[in-house]
Amino acid sequence: MKHYLLVVALCFFNLAHTQNCTYTLLGEIKDFHDGTPMSGATIYNETSNTYTSADINGKFTIENLCNGKLVLVISHVGCETKRLEVGINGDTYKEVNMEHHLEELKEITVTADTKDEKTSIQQTVSKKQIETFTDKSLGDVLNTVSGVSSLNTGNTIVKPMIHGLHSSRLLIVNNNVRLFDQEWGDEHAPNIDINSSGRIDVIKGANSLMYGSDAIGGLILIRPENYAVKDSLFGSTSVSLNTNGWGGNINSELIKTYKNGFYTKFQGSYKTFGDFKSPKFNLSNTGLKSINTSVRVGFKSFEKGFDAYYSFVDNTLGILRASHIGNTNDLVRAINSGEPQYVANFSHSIDNPKQSIFHHLGKIEAYKRFKEFGKLTLQYDFQINRRKEFDLRRGERANTPVVDLRLFTTSFQPNLKIDAYENLKLNTGFLLRYQQNDAISGTGTSPLIPDYDKYDFGIYAIGTYNLNLFSEISTGFRYDFSRIEASKRYRVTDWDETYNYDELFPEFNSGIIESSEYLTNPEFSFHNISASLGYLRHMRNDFEFTFNYGLASRMPNPSELFSEGLHHSAARIEIGQLTMEKEVANKFIVSLERSNQNFGFTISPYYKYISNFIQLIPIGTTTTVRGAFPVWEYNQTNAQIFGVDVDVNKTITNNLYYIGSLSLLRGDNLSDDIPLINMPATNFSNSLTYTNEKLNQLSIGLTQKTVLQQNRFPDYNFFTFDATLQQDVFVNISSTPATYTLFNFNSSAKFKVFKTKTLSVAFNVENLFNVSYREHLNRLRYFADELGRNFNIKLKINY
Amino acid sequence: MNTYKLKNMKTIKLLALLFISTLAISCSNDDDGHGDDHDSEEELITTVVYTLTNNADNTDVVTLTFTDLDGEGGADGTYDISGPLTANATYTGGIKLWNATENPAEDITEEVEGEADEHEFFYSNTAGLTITKTDVDGNGNPVGIETTIATGSAATGSITVILKHEPTKPNNGTSSDAGGSTDVEVTFSIEVQ
Repeated sequence: MKHYLLVVALCFFNLAHTQNCTYTLLGEIKDFHDGTPMSGATIYNETSNTYTSADINGKFTIENLCNGKLVLVISHVGCETKRLEVGINGDTYKEVNMEHHLEELKEITVTADTKDEKTSIQQTVSKKQIETFTDKSLGDVLNTVSGVSSLNTGNTIVKPMIHGLHSSRLLIVNNNVRLFDQEWGDEHAPNIDINSSGRIDVIKGANSLMYGSDAIGGLILIRPENYAVKDSLFGSTSVSLNTNGWGGNINSELIKTYKNGFYTKFQGSYKTFGDFKSPKFNLSNTGLKSINTSVRVGFKSFEKGFDAYYSFVDNTLGILRASHIGNTNDLVRAINSGEPQYVANFSHSIDNPKQSIFHHLGKIEAYKRFKEFGKLTLQYDFQINRRKEFDLRRGERANTPVVDLRLFTTSFQPNLKIDAYENLKLNTGFLLRYQQNDAISGTGTSPLIPDYDKYDFGIYAIGTYNLNLFSEISTGFRYDFSRIEASKRYRVTDWDETYNYDELFPEFNSGIIESSEYLTNPEFSFHNISASLGYLRHMRNDFEFTFNYGLASRMPNPSELFSEGLHHSAARIEIGQLTMEKEVANKFIVSLERSNQNFGFTISPYYKYISNFIQLIPIGTTTTVRGAFPVWEYNQTNAQIFGVDVDVNKTITNNLYYIGSLSLLRGDNLSDDIPLINMPATNFSNSLTYTNEKLNQLSIGLTQKTVLQQNRFPDYNFFTFDATLQQDVFVNISSTPATYTLFNFNSSAKFKVFKTKTLSVAFNVENLFNVSYREHLNRLRYFADELGRNFNIKLKINY
Repeated sequence: MNTYKLKNMKTIKLLALLFISTLAISCSNDDDGHGDDHDSEEELITTVVYTLTNNADNTDVVTLTFTDLDGEGGADGTYDISGPLTANATYTGGIKLWNATENPAEDITEEVEGEADEHEFFYSNTAGLTITKTDVDGNGNPVGIETTIATGSAATGSITVILKHEPTKPNNGTSSDAGGSTDVEVTFSIEVQ
């Protein structure tokens, strides 16, 4: 019809112009990236409704043209069809550049299998899976990935752990910005609203040099969604309600896209929970409140574009009241009693102890592609993290935080991808970063982390080479320079005697003494070198083999260098050491994968050797006005961690689908020939899902997860004298809780509403059999059981 | 009918936008405090002084002192016992907590007294003493800043003083029953002669 109209219009056009039409257009069609001629491209002359095609050199001619405008539509296999106007003025030459990197422009071409680098060993959590965790944390979502566990403080502070490594050893990258939110603390969870993300990748292998040199554990990439270039306004709202904690989450997002390439997205979520409940007890003061919002504005075209993103997270997290203790004897009492020492009626209010955290993240990124060369991206970002921790205090200090730290980070990172060569891709760039920590005054405590300024510079290059049709190899190098300049007060006795710093670091001491403390200015510089090597081979029957080697170096974080203070929830004094050296890891990981819907699996063994591994371990007790107090000190040891992750999927019948996973891990402290502290235990899960597409996409599933008792743990148990009982009592801080098995039930269906809109409904039960259990990677395991049964309803409407 | 539904959807979208922008506005206050970052440990208890005065002879005063001027961590605390207690006597005891890092030293006992319902001292000993708390909080429960000590026959042993923050009140008189968190736990070696 359209063509017919065109023809009619053209007839009139031709009638009106009876001029000299003898000119020739010579066209040449080239690949944008490397300039190779694109033979066989189809050229549709819209003006005259005729077709022609490019020859082997990418050239074509159209003859008998008049002066004026000509509309051509050029298409080629694998390329985006291009429509352009050509001005004819006598015999004319026109070069046309075609683009075959369609996936970067299209909608939802980002499927679960897309990798940044094909040789990377990674697992992906899709938007659909993320949505089932809408009222949970990042750590909870990632816990479903084999080889990933979490270090928890209660049930709301969840730190992801890859292969037993957490905190500064994991790079968390949100929207291409490396997250800096005081991640060094064991009880500091990443401040991310998972509802704002489109997909999460967990990279276990070595392909992380673009983001940093210190990914000893791995990399977590939180990515936004991509939108189609068309005029559209759409969004969704979801509500999740729970019986455990009597709370839930509401999340809304609204997206506007334009045909000219502009897009904008607003997203916001609000989450609130009251006290959670273990099967037997109310977990008093474990509620949370969370307000999140994000805005994204951008423009996207093939040659150039920009993306601006801002997100804000405000979390208030209650900490189990029963975990607030004063000394070793209180800890012994908590461990031996087996039940929380403080239980009150259910409440939605969050009292002390609690954490209150703001996190602002903003970034702007712009890119431009250059013909026969590649793509240049510039990115600027900033983050402000403000952390306040409130404790039970004497006097009128209830509203004064004991910890109040503000961390400001800003960075600039240009990146250049060179894709002009057929089999070779290069990715290179550098990084400039400044970070400032400000211990806010007015807390009435000496700061756990001192004021410091930190400067980083990094430069990297990664090359990927296609060896042949079936195999690919990639390699990369990175160099980082970091300098940290701190200002901290040390007790004269500690500086001169306990740590012997007067001999080790006399240059840091300003000599100024105030209330028997030295004012010192520790300054350290680190040079880190890291490298990666990856190899991928496709084989028959959907088999794929991947090998990764990585060399990663990490400078000690501020907590490991400077921390000094008392942690009430753990009843311990934590002490950092200025003598810390950088940690260096050699990582080997192999993956044999069969991607097949009927029967697929991944087997991925790994081995890591980490020299100067920094760990926090108990070293004894100190006598204080509170009585005996365990002292935990950071020290360094050589360590190895090895294990295997296995994932299996199988279609049993058309409607029945099985997924299973198994993680085995062993960590050794080689220097002392004992197990490493806080290593995840063997765990496995099985899930069976029934789906029926015809019946409102009904899905019913049952998941079992078992975590075995960790029998390999370093024994740091000790005895302490209880003056009230007049005897030595055993402080069982190392022994691990028993094996547990949990069952989860889930179901969902979709319904059509308002003619074209979809309403998704889900009903889930967590901890189906209300099992009482404790997890050894929960820092509050001494004080209370984990969560009991929870009924959950989720509603989501797309509009 | 169709336009009604269309309107409906527009309303939902508008509401969604309103919800998101409300969140954005409501969370844009981040007060920053600059200045001198050197905070002293305000709640630190550096010194515990338990003064026992013989009711029959006010020149017979025994002071039991614990001092840890650099607080938790650093050097260990030290004990100082001025002398022995007299056998078969009755003493009046008074406890004082100080933060000697402040100048002048801050009397922490006043804070404890001000929040007497959230605090309680517990005394236990192995020297045959009977220690009775003689003061009460607003609810009529014992506090233990003031005590009476009856000594028995000659003995050596120790007195342990424990201060609990937010204990269960009333309790059965033992610190383990009271729960809460321990703010002070010091043990003095004493002699009764």
